[in-house]
Amino acid sequence: MSVTTVTQATAYADPHHLRAAEHDGPAPKRIVTGFGFWIFLLSDIVMFSCFFASFAVLSGATAGGPGGAELFDIGNVALETGLLLLSSFTCGMASIAADRHNRLWFQVAMAVTGLFGAGFLLLEVREFAELVGRGDGPSRSAFLSAFFTLVGCHGLHVAAGILWLLTMMAQVVAKGFRADIERRILCFALFWHALDIIWVAVFSVVYLLGSAT
Amino acid sequence: MSDHAQEFDDRGDLAPGEQQHGDLRSRILFYLAGLGLAVLLTATSFFIAGTNLVWQPSIPVALIVLAIAQMGVHLVFFLHITTGPDNTNNVLALAFGLLIVLLVVGGSLWIMANLNHNMMPMDQLMQMQH
Repeated sequence: MSVTTVTQATAYADPHHLRAAEHDGPAPKRIVTGFGFWIFLLSDIVMFSCFFASFAVLSGATAGGPGGAELFDIGNVALETGLLLLSSFTCGMASIAADRHNRLWFQVAMAVTGLFGAGFLLLEVREFAELVGRGDGPSRSAFLSAFFTLVGCHGLHVAAGILWLLTMMAQVVAKGFRADIERRILCFALFWHALDIIWVAVFSVVYLLGSAT
Repeated sequence: MSDHAQEFDDRGDLAPGEQQHGDLRSRILFYLAGLGLAVLLTATSFFIAGTNLVWQPSIPVALIVLAIAQMGVHLVFFLHITTGPDNTNNVLALAFGLLIVLLVVGGSLWIMANLNHNMMPMDQLMQMQH
């Protein structure tokens, strides 16, 4: 077989050179960074699963205090869920804008994402303040301790996410869509979408199941 | 635009969470489809939890099934997990994460239910101490 036929056969099997990277040394930094962050997110989800497990075990341990059905305002939770879901969508729009190097739409989509996130956080803080004000704080029962730990931990993640979001907006203003900034935007989008996935578990298990039983 | 497409071709495989590069319209429609499905599943969850129309003992199972379905929708439409060859590592890491989550949650519930079942009721325990 001549050299030309081998080259032609390879070109035929892989016309777009998609598999070229397999033989070209290490993967691009974009993929390595993204995969590393994906592993971090999975370990974060494993940490949340411990909080979910303790909440599930302690959900009946109300120590004579109020249970989920008396405490939770499902309308408020529905509003929080809607805000976070919409922010996940606008975060996707920001990713597309970043991919196409469109500064204006990136900033608009990120700002809307941040506003939805802040609205979510505001509703959550208000709910917590109301519970503590009525004397149903984390020290009331094991059930409430587990509730505040789990939901509060998610809320802290959202707060950190908003800080990260503002940082990315500022970095794009200052430095533009450089390769390293684009990697950070990719990681931020992964983080924000993962928060929404955890919230799906929170509203299903904590609020809807918690107020049903 | 062709210059732009060339740039993407050079980049080869997709990073985790990266969307397949296509035209703007189809990319936005993909996110909109995910949003629509997620809204539908969320609305069903909230409806089922607050209604008397459904057989009550089935509600917890239904809520958990709906939640798992919605997480799947988020993974596919927002995090762009696919079955493609450049996603194998992501899927394997996810599978390992899921294994740990299931062991932790399932194991805790199982052990603690067993413990509660075998433990003497609290009032009897208090009487024995006196």
